[in-house]
Amino acid sequence: MEDIKKIDTLEQLRKEYEDTEAEIADSDSIWDKIKNMIKSNKLAAISLIIILLFCFCAIFAPFVAPHDPTLQNYDNVRAKPSSEHLLGTDELGRDVLSRIIYGSRISLVIGLVPTTISMVLGTILGLMAGFLGKKVDFVIMRLADIMLAFPSLLLAMVVMYTLGATLINIFIALSVVSWAGTARVVRSQTLSLREKEFVEAAKSIGVKDYVIMIRHILPNCLPSLIVLFTMNIPGSILSESSLSFLGIGAQPPASSWGLMVVNGKQWLFSEPWVAISPGVAILILVLAFNFLGDGMRDAIDPYMKE
Amino acid sequence: MEELLRVNNLKTHFFTKKGVVPAVDGVSISVPKSSIVGLVGESGCGKSMTAMSIMQLIQKPGKIINGSIELEEDNLLTYSKDEMRNIRGNKISMIFQEPMTALNPVYTVGRQVREAITIHHSNIGKEEAKQKVLDIFKAVGIPEPERRYNSYPHQLSGGLRQRVMIGMAMVCNPKLMIADEPTTALDVTIEAQILSLMKNLQKERDTSILMITHNLGVVAEVCDYIYVMYAGKVMEQANTFELFKNTCHPYTEGLMKSIPKITSEKQRLYNIKGVVPNLMKLPKGCRFCPRCDNAKPRCFEEEPPLYKIKSVVEGSEDHYVRCFMHEDSGVKYDE
Amino acid sequence: MSMIKYIVKRILIAIPVLIGVMLIIFLMLNVVPGDPITLMMREHIKPELIERMRVQMGLDDPVMVRFVNYMKGAIRGDFGISYKLNRNVTDLIITAFPHTVRLSLFAALIAWIIGIPSGIISAVKQNSLVDRFFMSFSLLGVSMPVFWAALMMQYVFAYKLKLLPVSGHDTWRHLLMPAIVLGWSSAGTIARLTRSSLLEIMKNDFVRTARAKGLKESIVVVGHALKNALLPVVTMMAIQVASLLSGAVITESVFGIPGVGRLAVNAIQNRDMPLLQGTVVFTTILIIGGNLIADLLYSFIDPRIRVE
Repeated sequence: MEDIKKIDTLEQLRKEYEDTEAEIADSDSIWDKIKNMIKSNKLAAISLIIILLFCFCAIFAPFVAPHDPTLQNYDNVRAKPSSEHLLGTDELGRDVLSRIIYGSRISLVIGLVPTTISMVLGTILGLMAGFLGKKVDFVIMRLADIMLAFPSLLLAMVVMYTLGATLINIFIALSVVSWAGTARVVRSQTLSLREKEFVEAAKSIGVKDYVIMIRHILPNCLPSLIVLFTMNIPGSILSESSLSFLGIGAQPPASSWGLMVVNGKQWLFSEPWVAISPGVAILILVLAFNFLGDGMRDAIDPYMKE
Repeated sequence: MEELLRVNNLKTHFFTKKGVVPAVDGVSISVPKSSIVGLVGESGCGKSMTAMSIMQLIQKPGKIINGSIELEEDNLLTYSKDEMRNIRGNKISMIFQEPMTALNPVYTVGRQVREAITIHHSNIGKEEAKQKVLDIFKAVGIPEPERRYNSYPHQLSGGLRQRVMIGMAMVCNPKLMIADEPTTALDVTIEAQILSLMKNLQKERDTSILMITHNLGVVAEVCDYIYVMYAGKVMEQANTFELFKNTCHPYTEGLMKSIPKITSEKQRLYNIKGVVPNLMKLPKGCRFCPRCDNAKPRCFEEEPPLYKIKSVVEGSEDHYVRCFMHEDSGVKYDE
Repeated sequence: MSMIKYIVKRILIAIPVLIGVMLIIFLMLNVVPGDPITLMMREHIKPELIERMRVQMGLDDPVMVRFVNYMKGAIRGDFGISYKLNRNVTDLIITAFPHTVRLSLFAALIAWIIGIPSGIISAVKQNSLVDRFFMSFSLLGVSMPVFWAALMMQYVFAYKLKLLPVSGHDTWRHLLMPAIVLGWSSAGTIARLTRSSLLEIMKNDFVRTARAKGLKESIVVVGHALKNALLPVVTMMAIQVASLLSGAVITESVFGIPGVGRLAVNAIQNRDMPLLQGTVVFTTILIIGGNLIADLLYSFIDPRIRVE
């Protein structure tokens, strides 16, 4: 009896150690990594909160804004910030703060939608270029070169000229202009993943090309794509506001932040808040996305090299 | 034999956010003059960190927290930064595992080796230094030294690059050369050449070599004395012949058994069961016990010291084992 | 020999890209509804006159014919006549370009003199206060809307502090604010690139070898690591020159600098198609050229590609 007990104890002890070793294995999923990042990277966490705040304002603008953004009041034009109008009024007597809150709708949608479209486009073309052989690769990459050759603002301007200056057209312009960067990144990752054994294994079983691309290669590109997405959003926001500033973007009476800045420009020295506060809103939102993007890149993407 | 380098109870710990990693945890090594000493163990056992500690190339978050490193009477750990820089590449040099990446791709190999001379001997002019480089190139067996002087690393094969590294390490005639897995990344035939080169250089120039590797075949080939490391500590140490003939520690036994033999009748390859422990969560007792077939309950509670045991081979130096199995036969060695 | 082959190959690839660009721009701008003649003229004109001018300007020909004619003209350096300003587009661009060049080079200098050293220092003193400060500054540069930064600078330096003139382009003091505004984001980009590149390089084995040889840390960084780390930085500098030359649109508009960017904005606002076409094609050529130079520079500096 005694001996059997001893062996039991030994086996138990051994098991203890094996269990300790097992739990150390590191296999965090993307979600886990993001959660970790939020816990440890304070800047990224704050940025996420700020973005969510803007989203909240955008969705619930009618409830959050203290005044009607289109309500003009010629008696109270360009009024100084006060308790009634926290950021003063603009050149037509409208409450600046309310217009900024409503303007967040434009900026966020401009940030998210064209970026999504252009990334989907870029991902598809990048996968094709990387996977489907030299000829396809050559054609797609030349197209990408052409797109990248344009100064992006000028290209957006040309598209706006062609289509006319409206908000919808800005969507189209921004969606079409920026797929090439994503395509390049996806292509290079596809090229390196293509050589890996699991792809060869899939091919040898007879899995179709597009299935391999979607089921095997795409998930591996996901970390880079998530980071790219977060980092491309600021570009769209800045482009739209620049176009509106130049008068070839959103048109009045829309409360695009860029439009607000250009309308307030004349009174920059006398009543600066009219032009400066919308600009600050742009700055904060873009900074938040950039910090978040940086944090995400540090946390989840092994490939990202500039 | 006269002693060249003595490492005493060296402890190098890494202070990371997740915890302290005791990579080198009380290691004592002695390298005599004109000899080749081997440091053997699996990846992560601390052998490379021991070498980096000797060179004092440990970077944050690692820190040498205990011990002494004596090079012919002087404790290197008391040296200033400048004094230590004078030692590196000059009195003690080091070569690394990956010759592919160990050389700067944007400079010619000649320039890089020449630099090793000019930083330590500022009185030697460029031309004279270049001549020395060519001499060492010849000594390490690089064909067409003049042409190779102006080559870039990517233009050379792996074997040639390693020869350049050895040349760079030997050009100042160091007393000790530390070789960290020098042949692991090379083909077997090239490996044989490089090992033979190192043996010859050692004899010709009276340099000692500290050979770090996980490959028992390599140490059997070149080393006079071997230290076997596991999880940051020395488990067994003996002369080469004695170690192979009289293997005492279960870990060393496992390593020996793991070498596939053509003559063996067994179908399956042997491997030591279990995995290398996470250094942040070490077992309380002997570090090897979870994987040891001979483990007793005591092994899980107490850590064994190094026991001196009687050598089997005539004329061997001292043989030490860190295992309770030899408690009675051996004399405890005070660490 | 293969170096020349490489250069020729890159140039040959650039040509179809250029033609593709010009085609796309041409198609986009010429498929627009709206008769340029009617837009151009303000008074009432007899329909026969309108018809005659249309034929004269070749506006009735099919698109591809017009494109080929345009290309023929382009090769000769003739990019048409501005609708609004009634001058040769090429002349307009040539007059405007020097202003853009001065501004852009000033901006580039500021960007590099500030950006590269701050990137190096940030990498060497990683995670220190200095690092965080420089990187925040860089991120700010990349995140600020250019027009807003321009207005802020005007407000602070021209109005409040009265140190610099609000706009104009005569002296270097006039160009200082626009150059800073334009250069800030480039400085930010290049600082971040320098830092990340240097940090990557410092992880390499040959850095460890250099230390093991007994080199001083400063020499390890500057002599060994930096030369490798600057490779991508130098190519980015070439790209930045091109993009600065073509991206000064907003800065020129706000500060009233009569450069190519402002020309393009005016062209859009005035529906001046030939001028817009000319300026966009011009800046695209600059960018393609800049990328080409960047490619060639890289192959020149990196011995792994050079010596084959």
